[in-house]
Amino acid sequence: MSSTTQYTRNILVIVVAGFILIILPHFIGDYYIHMATMILLYGYLGLAWNILGGYAGQFSFGHAAFFGVGAFTSTLLQLNIGVNPWIGMFLAGIAGMLLGLFIGALCFRYGLRGPYFALAMLALAEMLRLLAVQWMTVKYPLGINIPINTDSFWNFQFDKKAPYYYIMLFMTAAALYLTHIIEVKRIGSYFKAIRENEAAAESLGINLFKYKLLAMAISSFLTAMGGTFYAQYYLIVDEEAAFGVNGSIEILLGPIIGGAGTVFGPVLGAGVLECLSEVTRDVFEGYGGVHLMVYGVILVITIIFLPEGILGGLQLIFRKLKKRGRRH
Amino acid sequence: MIILKVNDFNKAFGGLQAIKDFSFELEKGEILGIIGPNGAGKTTLFNLISGFYSPDTGTALFKGEDVTGLRPYQLCKRGLARTFQIPQLFTNLTVLENVRIGSYSRITSSREATQEALRILDTVGLYEKRNELASVLSIGHRKNMELAKALATGPELILLDEVVAGLNPKETDTIIEHIIRIQKQGITVLLIEHVMKAIMSLSNRIIVIHYGKNIAEGRPGKISKDPKVIEAYLGEEYVFSKSR
Repeated sequence: MSSTTQYTRNILVIVVAGFILIILPHFIGDYYIHMATMILLYGYLGLAWNILGGYAGQFSFGHAAFFGVGAFTSTLLQLNIGVNPWIGMFLAGIAGMLLGLFIGALCFRYGLRGPYFALAMLALAEMLRLLAVQWMTVKYPLGINIPINTDSFWNFQFDKKAPYYYIMLFMTAAALYLTHIIEVKRIGSYFKAIRENEAAAESLGINLFKYKLLAMAISSFLTAMGGTFYAQYYLIVDEEAAFGVNGSIEILLGPIIGGAGTVFGPVLGAGVLECLSEVTRDVFEGYGGVHLMVYGVILVITIIFLPEGILGGLQLIFRKLKKRGRRH
Repeated sequence: MIILKVNDFNKAFGGLQAIKDFSFELEKGEILGIIGPNGAGKTTLFNLISGFYSPDTGTALFKGEDVTGLRPYQLCKRGLARTFQIPQLFTNLTVLENVRIGSYSRITSSREATQEALRILDTVGLYEKRNELASVLSIGHRKNMELAKALATGPELILLDEVVAGLNPKETDTIIEHIIRIQKQGITVLLIEHVMKAIMSLSNRIIVIHYGKNIAEGRPGKISKDPKVIEAYLGEEYVFSKSR
């Protein structure tokens, strides 16, 4: 297939998918709109993680740190000095990015890799969680509540669920587009080179420190903005939801299952996980905890049989089929 | 014109003096071979020149500029490229992507970088393999791709670390042809090699390294007759075969 027809086909798929996603809330109830919003949120967070973990190969096990900093930054600014949540969201991104650059500079300066980097990130999130626990017990023992405001776009508060869905749809689409740009430009090739082989990357003129920090900055900025959305959606922030280990795992599970280092993998993974978790919860209703066991077993099986994730696995099969077809 | 000048390099790993007072000069456009027994310090010397290690003492001048202690990526930008003894591939990327990462070091546009990478793949005979994953390549093709990656950075000096080791005679001949063509393009070549046929036929000049020291330097014909070299490197077997 020539690249122009492929290009036209891709555009067509995006337009059709976009159209369906835009009209979707008119046909489904609040429960499903909520579910779709969660898929988009974790798809978005997965995309953010994917830039650092999937493309640049720096496996972060503590992205909740940025998520939490984002949620706290916009919320506290709003509460204490009345900063508008949209501006707060941008400032949250900046705060997350500064934290990312700080921890990134420390880790990458000393060449922390693989599991060591993952653990350093986990430690960062845990440190922030413990700090938040201590501080909030004194100041906000019941979590920080964002006061209810009138329904308006400017206030980032709505009576209905659909507007949140649209905001998240827009953010996810933007993150997808950004990932696509990275994928086709030099920066994406450099990220992948660092992931695949640092010595070879450096000998071909890549400044490892600079490009790892760049991946970290983009990733942490986006993740922190997701934190603000979460806070505005639930109108409450507590240390467990913000900095908990569960959050870190949920962020990286989507890309791992869907396909790390691919453009659509994280969103696909988030969708599969969310549906899986809903279905198992439904089927095993009344047997406390069984759905989590089944959910876990399915996860383990996926990781054993599709170590490159769903999209990665499909790409591999597709490549093999193409080769076989050429041989005959 | 001297493109590379190494002055009194010293490098120790703990108690082991891997490189000792090593000096040499490299003329622009020549092919200089470095030979020596296993563990003589050849690869350490390469790592020092290409910036992966920094020397304990000593300096390196590249195109007249002091480059001692610069990182590999900085040297790459200045026009010094290297290959690795064991090809360092980007395993999960295609052959084209592998080589394009090299051409990105001087071309930002991805379309132009792709064109440049395809051109280089064509010259090393890997054009047909451009869409294969690097991981499925044979060792011969891997060595070719390693060469292509380094060439894609547009070097003035290229350091080749055992490019024909482990190859069959036909593959060896192909790489030798490539290296001759590289020299014709005006690129200076510094070569480490175990395969005598390759290094003797390619090099304009040879340096023999033994226990980290520069023990002899000269034209291939002269080097192979130097008694010190025969003793240190070529050994008894070679002496026998000559006398027969």
